[in-house]
Amino acid sequence: MKNFQIIRALSSKSAVISIAKEKEAMFIAGGTNLVDLMKKNVVAPDKLVDITALDLKKIEFLTGKTSIGALAKNSQVAEDKAIIEKHPLLAMALTAGASQQIRHMATVGGNMLQRTRCSYFYNTDMPCNKRVPKSGCGAIGGSNRMHAIFGASDSCIAVHPSDMCVALAALDATVQVEGPKGKREIKFTDFHRLPGNTPEKDNTLQNKELITSVEIPNNNFTKNVHYLKVRDRSSYAFALVSVAAALDIQNNTINDVRLAMGGVAHKPWRLTEVEEFLKGKTVSETIFRQAADLAMKGARGYGDNDFKLTLGPNAIVEALTIASSK
Amino acid sequence: MAAKKSTKDKLIEDESNASRRDFLKKSGLFTALALAPPSLVMASENKWDEKIAGYLETVPLSIEVNGVKQNLNVEPRTTLLDLLREQLHLTGTKKGCDHGQCGACTVHVNGTRILSCLTLASMQQNAQVTTIEGLSKGKKLHPMQEAFIKNDGFQCGYCTPGQIMSGIACIKEGHANSREEIREYMSGNICRCGAYHNIVDAITEVKEGGMSS
Repeated sequence: MKNFQIIRALSSKSAVISIAKEKEAMFIAGGTNLVDLMKKNVVAPDKLVDITALDLKKIEFLTGKTSIGALAKNSQVAEDKAIIEKHPLLAMALTAGASQQIRHMATVGGNMLQRTRCSYFYNTDMPCNKRVPKSGCGAIGGSNRMHAIFGASDSCIAVHPSDMCVALAALDATVQVEGPKGKREIKFTDFHRLPGNTPEKDNTLQNKELITSVEIPNNNFTKNVHYLKVRDRSSYAFALVSVAAALDIQNNTINDVRLAMGGVAHKPWRLTEVEEFLKGKTVSETIFRQAADLAMKGARGYGDNDFKLTLGPNAIVEALTIASSK
Repeated sequence: MAAKKSTKDKLIEDESNASRRDFLKKSGLFTALALAPPSLVMASENKWDEKIAGYLETVPLSIEVNGVKQNLNVEPRTTLLDLLREQLHLTGTKKGCDHGQCGACTVHVNGTRILSCLTLASMQQNAQVTTIEGLSKGKKLHPMQEAFIKNDGFQCGYCTPGQIMSGIACIKEGHANSREEIREYMSGNICRCGAYHNIVDAITEVKEGGMSS
């Protein structure tokens, strides 16, 4: 690993200022992804700004919303009794991710900023437009079993690996950020982006803004929810396909619904059109199957990952069935 | 069953182990010196600008390991795992994958199990670290260590320090209420010998025995 300078920030303002001045500076919190990437020489910052001393760890239940500090640990959120009660989908998604040791280290903000696990991104001997812009994409025509079926481009077919983000996208969360020009809010579904011609950009943060918290508006998705994660082993593996399903069912009718997929795109894949289709319908397997078929509109495989075109809709039916029968 | 070793044989074996380890440590030091880039040597000789000299810079670190306070200097890039093994010579904590995938490096920091290979030592100011070496009280092993021996919770033993540290935390966290739950919450510790069944037995036994920390 290339050596670097490390400084400790004592306020979010000083953190933002200390990083804005230097081109090759980065924030570090849990480090579970960044340290790994630095060991592989995928990223090589000159300076790290340690933000772990900042007061951004609180989980607060405010009027109309829940606020989760960017430095709250993944395990802290997943095991918070009030989160389990009010946002069980989020707790389920978090528990489905990584291992308990990593959940103890990883933060909410860091989870959002984790990089793709595409093997071409990690292997510095291979071309990768995300790692080195304009160097090519090894995954297109290469080993692409884990890769995207939605929203990919000729430059990149990588997927965002997070489980937590799939739940947050489904729950209409917002991201609070602070930068040199002040604070602003980003809709969670606008936070991550599609690769287009600039896959080196994972998200819409500007000028090294700092994520300070994530907010989830209050909702009725406390019972009929499920996070289904399909993976190569039963625990501690990234998703081949995952589905976050949240239903508000009254008298067997779907009053409201949220649906998002993970492991299928460069960002958490929210299925708003499918949600509109399901609203007002009576719960049935036929309706869920029709919803799943609708969800696959525009999907395409790249060879090794063609199985996701079948696994995807099956996972949607399964998640909706489990969620609706709770 | 192998004949019990005489005390003399045991002493010889201990001595040869010690000298082997000493040799590795010393030769490791020579390798490090040999690998110092010539530019650094030149930088210090010629008093070049601080950016190049900066590569030699360390940061002060106060850290408590197994109850012993340590005042050290570490390079910013040194992981907690390398600090434990290379600077403090606590080689019980193992380096498996060094990329957060195997759990062999699991230690407790401020009472929580974490992966020391993905933790920068320079970010652990005033932390309290417990490693496998810090579990026993004198010659009395921790109940989890006893249970791993009794239940054959290992074959080659390389993942065992991480498994034991993780197993203790698993119970303390309240995630050892069933075999399924133990399997889920121990999934970050890989055992390529496949001793999982016996590891779950060991953790279950300690849990049912009412482990005292």
